[in-house]
Amino acid sequence: MTRIMGYCDRWSARPGDTVNFMVSCIGAESYEVEIVRLKQPEAGPLATPFQPERVASDVNGRYAGREQALPIGSLAVVPGHPCLEQLEAATLVAYVMPTTPLKCRQALFGNWCEASRTGFGLELDEQGCLVLRLGAGPGTEVTLASGEPMRAWRWYRVAATFDSLSGCMAIWQEPVPRHGFDLDRPIHRSTESGCPKCRSSNALTFAAWQSGRATGPSAWGGLQFGQHFNGRIDRPRIVEGALDHAGIAELMGENGLAAIEDELVAAWDFALDISGEAITDTGPNRLHGTIVNLPTRAVHGHNWTGCINDWTKAPEQYGAIHFHDDDIVDACWATDFSFEVSSALRSGVYAAKLTAGDFVYWVPFFVSPPRGEARSKVAFIASTATYTVYLNNTGRFLSSATEVYQGRVTVMDEIDSLLFEFPAMGLSTYDRHSDGTGVAYASRSRPVHNFRPTGRHWNFNLDLCIIDWLEHLGGDYDVITEDQLHEEGMSLLAPYNVVITGSHPEYDSLGMLDAFQAYLRRGGRLMYMGGNGFYWRIAHHPTRDGVIEVRRAEGGVRAWDALPGEYHHSFTGEYGGLWRRNSRAPQKLVGVGFISQGFDKCSYYRRTEAADDPRAAWMFEGVEDELIGDFGILQGGAAGLEIDAIDARLGTPPHALVVARSENHSNTYEVVAEEVLIPHGATDAIINPEIHADITFFETPNGGAVWSTGSIAFAGSLGWNGFDNNVARLTTNVLRRFADDEPLPWPGLPKTGE
Amino acid sequence: MYSFDKSRLDLAREFKANPFGEHRPDLQYLLNLMRRPDPKRAHYVLMPRQWGESWTLAVMEPGGVSPPRPTNLVFTDAGEAEWHVFKLRWAELAGEELPFD
Repeated sequence: MTRIMGYCDRWSARPGDTVNFMVSCIGAESYEVEIVRLKQPEAGPLATPFQPERVASDVNGRYAGREQALPIGSLAVVPGHPCLEQLEAATLVAYVMPTTPLKCRQALFGNWCEASRTGFGLELDEQGCLVLRLGAGPGTEVTLASGEPMRAWRWYRVAATFDSLSGCMAIWQEPVPRHGFDLDRPIHRSTESGCPKCRSSNALTFAAWQSGRATGPSAWGGLQFGQHFNGRIDRPRIVEGALDHAGIAELMGENGLAAIEDELVAAWDFALDISGEAITDTGPNRLHGTIVNLPTRAVHGHNWTGCINDWTKAPEQYGAIHFHDDDIVDACWATDFSFEVSSALRSGVYAAKLTAGDFVYWVPFFVSPPRGEARSKVAFIASTATYTVYLNNTGRFLSSATEVYQGRVTVMDEIDSLLFEFPAMGLSTYDRHSDGTGVAYASRSRPVHNFRPTGRHWNFNLDLCIIDWLEHLGGDYDVITEDQLHEEGMSLLAPYNVVITGSHPEYDSLGMLDAFQAYLRRGGRLMYMGGNGFYWRIAHHPTRDGVIEVRRAEGGVRAWDALPGEYHHSFTGEYGGLWRRNSRAPQKLVGVGFISQGFDKCSYYRRTEAADDPRAAWMFEGVEDELIGDFGILQGGAAGLEIDAIDARLGTPPHALVVARSENHSNTYEVVAEEVLIPHGATDAIINPEIHADITFFETPNGGAVWSTGSIAFAGSLGWNGFDNNVARLTTNVLRRFADDEPLPWPGLPKTGE
Repeated sequence: MYSFDKSRLDLAREFKANPFGEHRPDLQYLLNLMRRPDPKRAHYVLMPRQWGESWTLAVMEPGGVSPPRPTNLVFTDAGEAEWHVFKLRWAELAGEELPFD
């Protein structure tokens, strides 16, 4: 079996930038690299032939292949320290909540090393029982187990003491009282049968054990890790000397740190620096550390009362970190080749095409003009935030549930199969972790299956149909990205007369929405070329490029729902979820918002009377047809997949014109969950008249305007019949008018009663 | 409560004629029953040979622990592939194959 995969360190590049590529090649001694410009997707016999344009570059050529491993699984780590090395008697205490206690042996915390069999550590055994493990090398290892399994999703106070002088060991596994009823009881075990002097300079780890030097990529310190824990750890502490039960209770009490001050070694407070990656020791030795592979923060701890739902208001109730064995934020692969973006390279969509044997893998990136410069009046803004959030969407292949709502058998090609051949590629924010919790963080620094010009027509691949149309019109466009929009704000958009979105710009930060809004208020023109756009709020990692957080809070069509009290982003503290629940419904920005989805068959729009309104008639020049888009490469129509409708209640401007409206959608088109407060049967498109896509137009102050298609499938109809069709004609009319310097006249306020 | 009725051959004929798009309520119930998620049951996927032109029927084992296992069935029409999967599921529910192809 030959496989090749990779990623690059930046998706958004400008002349002078260097894009580094990391590659793993399995089953072939070498592979071929070719830098190409992408002008269309591979979309089958009914679309423009797929013809990536080779870019002359020193990078092109053959490279030696090597396999690079994927260091998956999150943990936290503190570098080794003499105060830990010298411990001959100690007490370890923490609150823990296992979520898969029966998975396998799982580390809680300590400086245990699997390879050298040295150190001390608290862990769970295969039955979910608490275990204290001590060792001074092979053959010296001792353990003490509670013998009573912990339950999943239950908080426990766990403690262990050891004294190598007296040979005593003890552990306590005590359920934390909570509402409800269960049979858990506190467990205490002790022994005086001796224990080794477990002195070790090992790093101290949480939620994983180190297992020696890594032979390949390492998530931290050149080490490899295993025995990953699924669950939460809250306020772990280490004290010199073996406390008794009363001492442990005092240590974990309100004034515990002061009471045990003289013996305290470390007391980590995970409620500090929740937005970042540091873990802070409030004890005297300042044994600060870092999280690795981005376990979830801003999750409630053992003491969450349920009265406060915002971690920024009561961080002390959010002192836990939730670790997962399938977290990965950075594959940490070594660079294989680097591409320098020359000033001669035109703005566009590019990719490194990697070929090993018959296997082809694509690593796309975008080239924009120099900052502050525009080479065209037209910009296509790549939905890099949305692409990121969808990366490695594994769940859609895992059951026939996808088929139920899509209304057709799921299609899956050999690159999709990589997810199952190499599960350490990690998950998407459409998936659940192995313990059932939702994946809140997305990252690009790893190989992915669904950011490429081939395969399913969705997001990036479908957006290349819009690029195809722009190329057909002569190729006068720049490419900019949502990453740049978040970073640079309105100044990114300002040089352009018109900005064109992708087919599904679903995820936005506050900064991105503000930038669009400001651009439109200053006379900018926006062509929203898709469906279900501007729907979810996201947060960008404070320091890592390409890492995005989604909290799927109450409401919305969603693959998982955030736990109560965990609706605020850890990166920013902002309340997550739908923008419509954050006072910024998409209807306010682009006139339309998500109303329904279905995937079995796409439909068409019917022209409305408003199409003849003098404010809009220009866009129908040369378009005489009553039906718009009753064709296309996506299930036969321009209106479908995910569709948007106007809603004055949610902010559609009163002067917006719906110039065409879709109809005749199938059973699979159900109205979105946020519109169904009381479940009832009248929710599918057969009987629900609210389900339609609206092509909508309205002017904005200072000569600007918005034109929205309200359908993801729209892009798939542009190229039909060699672009000789009413979708392309209508859209081209809008583009030409929007690109024109002449302001669009502001219609003023509607008359009373209109 | 809806339950499978193998005498309703009219539903199979309706699906064969129109695998995608609007279906009558009884056919939609049947499709939902056939496609219901079951974490212990294998399900079908289509693997494209040429995008938009031909597909191989493949089986995903439960749990997502392995890549799809291709069968030797190749389709050049997506609707025919849907019809084939429908027939397989009908046979599973009815304990016998549909009396027509």
